[in-house]
Amino acid sequence: MSQDLHTQTLTQLSAGLDRGDFSSVELTEALLGRIETHGQSLNAFVTVTAEQALAAAKRADEARAAGNAGVLSGLPLAHKDIFCTRDILTTCGSRMLEDFISPYDATVVRRLADAGAVVLGKTNMDEFAMGSSNETSYFGPVRNPWDLQCSPGGSSGGSAAAVAARLTPAATGTDTGGSIRQPAALTGTVGLKPTYGRVSRYGMIAFASSLDQAGVITRSSADAALLLGVMAGFDERDSTSIEHPVPDYCASLSGSLKGLRVGIVRQHFDEGLDDKCAAVVKESLQVLESQGAILSEVDLPNLDLSVPTYYVVAPAECSSNLSRFDGVRFGHRAADPEDLLDLYCRSRGEGFGEEVKRRIMTGTYVLSAGYYDAYYLKAQQVRHLIADDFHKAFAEVDVIAGPTSPTPAFRLGDKIDDPITMYLNDIYTIGANLAGLPGISTPCGFVDDLPVGLHLVGPHWGEETILRCAHNYEQASAWHEACPEEYR
Amino acid sequence: MNRSFEVVIGLEIHAQLATVSKIFSGASTAYGAAANTQACLVDLGYPGVLPVLNEEVVRMATMFGLAVNATIAERSVFARKNYFYPDLPKGYQISQYELPIVEHGELIIRDDTGNDKRIGITRAHLEEDAGKSIHEGLDKFSGIDLNRAGTPLLEIVSEPELSSAKEAVAYMRKIHTIVRYLGISDGNMQEGSFRCDANVSVRPHGQQELGTRTELKNLNSFRFVEKAINFEIERQIELIEDGGEVVQETRLYDSDRDETRPMRSKEEANDYRYFPDPDLLPVEIDAAYIEAVRETLPELPDAKQERFVDEYKIRVDDAAILTASRSLADYFEQVAAATRDRPQGVANFVIGELAGALNRDGLGIEQSPVSAAALAGLLDRVKDNTISGKIAKEVFEAMWAGEGSADEVIDARGLRQITDTAAIESVVDQVIAANPGQVAEYKAGKQKLIGFFVGQVMKATGGKANPGQVNKILKDKLG
Repeated sequence: MSQDLHTQTLTQLSAGLDRGDFSSVELTEALLGRIETHGQSLNAFVTVTAEQALAAAKRADEARAAGNAGVLSGLPLAHKDIFCTRDILTTCGSRMLEDFISPYDATVVRRLADAGAVVLGKTNMDEFAMGSSNETSYFGPVRNPWDLQCSPGGSSGGSAAAVAARLTPAATGTDTGGSIRQPAALTGTVGLKPTYGRVSRYGMIAFASSLDQAGVITRSSADAALLLGVMAGFDERDSTSIEHPVPDYCASLSGSLKGLRVGIVRQHFDEGLDDKCAAVVKESLQVLESQGAILSEVDLPNLDLSVPTYYVVAPAECSSNLSRFDGVRFGHRAADPEDLLDLYCRSRGEGFGEEVKRRIMTGTYVLSAGYYDAYYLKAQQVRHLIADDFHKAFAEVDVIAGPTSPTPAFRLGDKIDDPITMYLNDIYTIGANLAGLPGISTPCGFVDDLPVGLHLVGPHWGEETILRCAHNYEQASAWHEACPEEYR
Repeated sequence: MNRSFEVVIGLEIHAQLATVSKIFSGASTAYGAAANTQACLVDLGYPGVLPVLNEEVVRMATMFGLAVNATIAERSVFARKNYFYPDLPKGYQISQYELPIVEHGELIIRDDTGNDKRIGITRAHLEEDAGKSIHEGLDKFSGIDLNRAGTPLLEIVSEPELSSAKEAVAYMRKIHTIVRYLGISDGNMQEGSFRCDANVSVRPHGQQELGTRTELKNLNSFRFVEKAINFEIERQIELIEDGGEVVQETRLYDSDRDETRPMRSKEEANDYRYFPDPDLLPVEIDAAYIEAVRETLPELPDAKQERFVDEYKIRVDDAAILTASRSLADYFEQVAAATRDRPQGVANFVIGELAGALNRDGLGIEQSPVSAAALAGLLDRVKDNTISGKIAKEVFEAMWAGEGSADEVIDARGLRQITDTAAIESVVDQVIAANPGQVAEYKAGKQKLIGFFVGQVMKATGGKANPGQVNKILKDKLG
C-alpha cells in the first residue's frame, strides 16, 4: 500500500489519513525514502529534515488520534529555501547564507506548521531567487525530472522538480517575475502566485519587495486551493499584507466555467512564442471554450515594456535589500579582513554569485544620482501603465489566458551566459507581478515530450476565479496527472 | 563679530520621540541598557524581517506640525537612504525624503536686538536612528551597540534664516521647549535625545548669493551650538579676508579644543540612492485625524506667556521665564490659585527663591521639596502679615530642608511677626531713648536716619516687628 503513497495528491492523502488507511509517519517515511533515492540526481533539496519531519508526523498522528487534526495534519510538504525556518538551515541558494540558521520562522512556515503540515526539507533555488533556470544556485543546478539534461526553470526550480518527481506532494515557492509559474510550466506541475499582499512576506528573504509574493507548487489546483487557504491572510508583521477576507478556496473550485469571460492577449501569440507551444496553448483554450467559457481578444499594449521595466525595478530593490549581507552580523564573512572596506568587499564578493552581483550593480546604477529619473522613476511610471492595461482588460474579461513560458524546458547551460535571453523567459509572467495580480500555471500538454503550461491571470483577489478555471480545465484534460516514467 | 559680513545659519534638529517602542519594531527605546539587549531581529536587519510603523510617531509628528503652524502632509512616504556602515544594520536608513510628514512651519524667536523674528521651518520628517560604533577600549576591533538602532527621530529643518549663534540658540531652545510641552520628546541632551547639525555660511553685506556653507555635525548642547557656530563664523571670515575660499564640507566640533575641523572626506562621499521603501505603505492622514490630534494639543509656550501677562498681570520677562517649561508654569499657576498673595509676588518668589534653590541642588521643578500648596501657605503668611518678606526666605529654607509647613516652621522657630502696636511702641521708645544724638540729627532734617531707627527696632525684635508699623510709629514719635 505505501508503495503508491507518493502518487497521491494532498487532497487524496488527506482523505486517506482521515480514513486511517495509513499514518503520517508511514507517509513521511515513504517520501523521505523517495527523496533519498532521487534527491541527489535531481539536486532538488538543499536540506532534508528527516528527523524533524518524522517527529512532526508523529505529533500529527497523535493529534489525529486525539481528534485534534488540523486542516493539513500530517500532510508533507517542502519549503523553498528562501523561507526562514527556525533552527533549520536557510541558505537562499547562496554561499552568503551557506551556514545561516534562522532564529525564527517565516509567517508562511508558521501558518502551515500550525495547520499540522510536516516539512520534509528545504528546496534548491536560484541564488536569492534571481534566475529562471535554477543554475545560479550556489548548490548547483536542479535537474528537470522530464529530462535530466534540462532545467526545471526557476527560481523555485527545486520545489517544482520535487513535486514533479513525486518526492513531495507540494512545496512552497516565491514568485517575483514568474519564479513559481515558469518552473511549474516547465515541470508539468501547478504553480500559484497569489495577489500581492494576499500572503505575508515576513520571513521570506526579500529579493524585490514590491514584486515578491509567496505561493505554492502542487499537483493540482485543488491542492493549491487547500494550501492557499492556510497561507493567506493579513499579518501584522508585514505592512504590505492586506486585510482582506480569506474565502474558502476549496469550495470555490466547484462552479462551472459557463459564461466565464476569458481574454486572450493578442500580443502573447506574436513573435517569441515557440510555434508548437502556441498550438498546445491554443488547444487548451478550446477546451475552456468547450466548457462554457467565452473567449475574446484583449489588448495589453504595453506588454513589451514589462521585461525592461521589471529589470529596472527588481534590481533597484534588490540592490538595497541585499545590503544587509555585509559580513558583520550574519552570513558569509571574509577571513582576516584588513579593514572595514576589505571586510565588505570580500565578504560580498565571495558570498554572492555572478547573477546576484549583476543585479546589484544594475540596481545601484539605476538608483544613482543623475540616473534615477531616467531609469527608476520612468520604470515606475511604465509600471503604472502596465497595471492600467490589466485594469482595463479586466473590465471586459474575468480571466486572461495564455502561455506561461515562451518555450518548454531548455537545456542546462543553454541560456546561462546570455542574460537577456534568460530574462525573456518571464515575458508572460512578469506583468502579473508588476500589477500585483494573481496568476496560476497548470499543465496543458507536451511539446517534444516536455510539459507546457497554461497561464491564467485574474484581477486583484481573483484567486477563486483562476483556481476554478484551472481546476475545471484539469478535470477535462488530466495533463496534470502526467508523470515522468522514472518517477511514477 | 565682523560688521562687514552677514551670517546665515540653518539648523537641522534631531529630536528623539518619546515612544515606548522603536519606530519600526517592538523593541524598547529605554536608554542605558546593556549593549545589544534592546535590539530585536527587525533592528538587527535579519534576513526576511520587515518594518512595521509605530503609529505613535505619526501622532507625535502631527502634534509638532500643528504646534509650529505647519502643513501636515495628507500623504508622506518613507524612503531608504542607502549606505554601508557597521552600525547601520540593513545597509540603509529608513527616513522620509521627498514627501515628509510636516512642511512649511514657523516659529517666532527674539532676535539679537530684542525684537520678534519669524524663522521658517522647512520641514520635519520621521526617521530611524542608527546604532552606535564603539572604538574605545577595544584593541584592533570596533564594537557595535544596536540598542539605539530604530529609535524614532523627528528631524526638524529650519530655513537658513538665523543670523547669529545667539539666534540659533534661541531657536533651538524654543524647539526644545515645544517638544517638551507636547510631551513628544524628553529633550535630554546628555543622552543624545536632542541634538543638532548647523549649516553655517557668511557673505559680505549686500551680496545676494549665499556663501559656501559648512555643516557642523552632532552638536548636543546649547553652549556647544553657540561656541561651534561662533568659531566657524570667525574661521570662515578670516579665511575669506585672507583671500581664501570656504570649502563645502562636514565639520565636527571639538569641545575640548573649542574648534571645528573637517571630517574625513571618505565619510561623506556617499550617493545615498534614495527611493521609496517598498516595505512600508505611504502614511495617509485625513483632516479628521488632524483635528483629533489638535484637540489634544496643550497650551503652547507663546500662548501661555501671553495669557500669564493678561491674566496675572505679571511682567512679560517673568512670564517668559515661567513658561519656558510646562511644569514650571503649572507650578506657578497652582501657587497663584492657592494663595491670597498677588501673582507678581508669586512670580518673584518662584523665579527668585525657588528657582535658586532648585538650581543650587540640581533639581527639576517636579522634584521640588516644597510643593505648590506649601509655597502658597508660606506666601499667605506674608500676605496676612504673620511674617515679613525677609523672614519668609528663612522659613522657605527651613521648608526646603524638610522642617514642615510654613506654619509649623513659624511656630517652631517663633518667627511670628510682632503686630501689637503697644509692643512695638515700647521698643521704639527704648531705641529713641538710647540714641539721643541721632534723634537730634533727624529732627534737624537728616530724614535718611529713619532707616537707622527701623534697623535698630528690627534688631531689637529679632526681625519680627512688622516693618510698616515700625515705620509709622517711628515717624509719629520722632515728629
